[in-house]
Amino acid sequence: MKYLGYVFEHLRKDLRLEWRSRDAINGMLFFVLLMVVVFSIAFDPAGYPSVTRQISGGILWVGLLFASMTALNQSWSREQRNQVLEAQRMAPSPASALFVGKALANMLFVLAVEAVLAPIFVVFFNLHVLGNAKLLALILPLGTWALVVNGTFFAALGLRARNRELLLPLILLPLSLPAVLMMVQATTGVLTGELDPIYLRSWITQLAGYDLIYTVVCVLLFETVLNAE
Amino acid sequence: MSTAAPIRSETAAAAASLDSVSKIYGAFAALRNVTTSFPAGSSTVILGENGAGKSTMLRVLAGLITPTRGKAIVFGGPPHLHRHRVAYMSHSTMLYDELTAMENLTYFATLHRGDGCACVGSPEMALRAVGLDPALTRPVGQYSQGMRQRASLARVLQTDPELLLLDEPFSNLDVKSAGQLVELLADFRTWPVPGGGSRTLILTTHQASLAEPLADRTLTMRQGQIVDLSTGTNG
Repeated sequence: MKYLGYVFEHLRKDLRLEWRSRDAINGMLFFVLLMVVVFSIAFDPAGYPSVTRQISGGILWVGLLFASMTALNQSWSREQRNQVLEAQRMAPSPASALFVGKALANMLFVLAVEAVLAPIFVVFFNLHVLGNAKLLALILPLGTWALVVNGTFFAALGLRARNRELLLPLILLPLSLPAVLMMVQATTGVLTGELDPIYLRSWITQLAGYDLIYTVVCVLLFETVLNAE
Repeated sequence: MSTAAPIRSETAAAAASLDSVSKIYGAFAALRNVTTSFPAGSSTVILGENGAGKSTMLRVLAGLITPTRGKAIVFGGPPHLHRHRVAYMSHSTMLYDELTAMENLTYFATLHRGDGCACVGSPEMALRAVGLDPALTRPVGQYSQGMRQRASLARVLQTDPELLLLDEPFSNLDVKSAGQLVELLADFRTWPVPGGGSRTLILTTHQASLAEPLADRTLTMRQGQIVDLSTGTNG
């Protein structure tokens, strides 16, 4: 219970910092909106509706992956400014609570962007969901957590690196490939309605498993990463 | 390279000690075979020019960096095991610019509450002690340098530390504010410690005259070594 209290404090602090600066959300939002506009022009969604449905899941998740990377690096730079991270390291509270709080905050930021993006995406790509749309309420949070849990961890890993903006995509993109495959397949399955429900359930289950494994590993290793010199 | 022989200082009842500690970054030795101890209840001022190894020594004692050789002992164990009894203030504020001083302090106070942690003072009291108004609604990023320094000091004081490590606390302060800080630190040493014990203060500065009233002992460092140890007027 005490651990959750620490997580809540970190989460509250990150939300407050974002509310005051709006750096992360604004950056992500502009990035994904530009991407939606560019791809909608490039692919002519009105002319080829079935092709659009096939590729829109991939565009959505790749766009969110790239957009979230802009915010993930930023979330740790706040801790580095004024050496606040050293104050965090000196605190007797569990280090992993800082990680979980920050990952949850990043998740909320990306979900907020998704909430704004979803209707715009539907309009620009002329989308009509042919499958069970309710499943998106499961796929979107699971996919978002897969992106942010690894992203938050590897952004922390690169904190002391000179080229950390470059380091994050170099590590995160290959590691996220299995998750991206699962979320794209599941999302496309829902949008097209062509995927067998058994396969669809299988992709979602695998995505949940991916989330669980990476969350546990990141939580267990975070203290080592935080105190690395 | 200095030719001065390193001075070794050891005492029995030590709040913290360094045993043959070296810290090497690539080809640069920030600390070279330093052995010293800081008696419980004492106030030690570490003097030295930039790059003498003062900050590195404090960071080793705080457990923020691991010595390349030798060992640091704080309250009889490795520094990271006693974080609830130690506070460290660097020359940066270690506060979030976007939050007010009160928000910053409340946040850090929460992180210090828990098992094995000493009594945590209230953020309001700590801010008042350093002469800041807890009701200030401006974020710390809009404070003057002196106000930031005081807010930073309030952050460490509120954790009620038994060992207080201050890295260049007088930088960015005018003479009057520095004098007030010295008075505050002198007062801090008299605060009772829950469960007995005493408060130990270690601070680095290159403004010896400002810290003189606090100094029981003065260590002078040069090129990663302690080259002089003297007992001050308080010692």
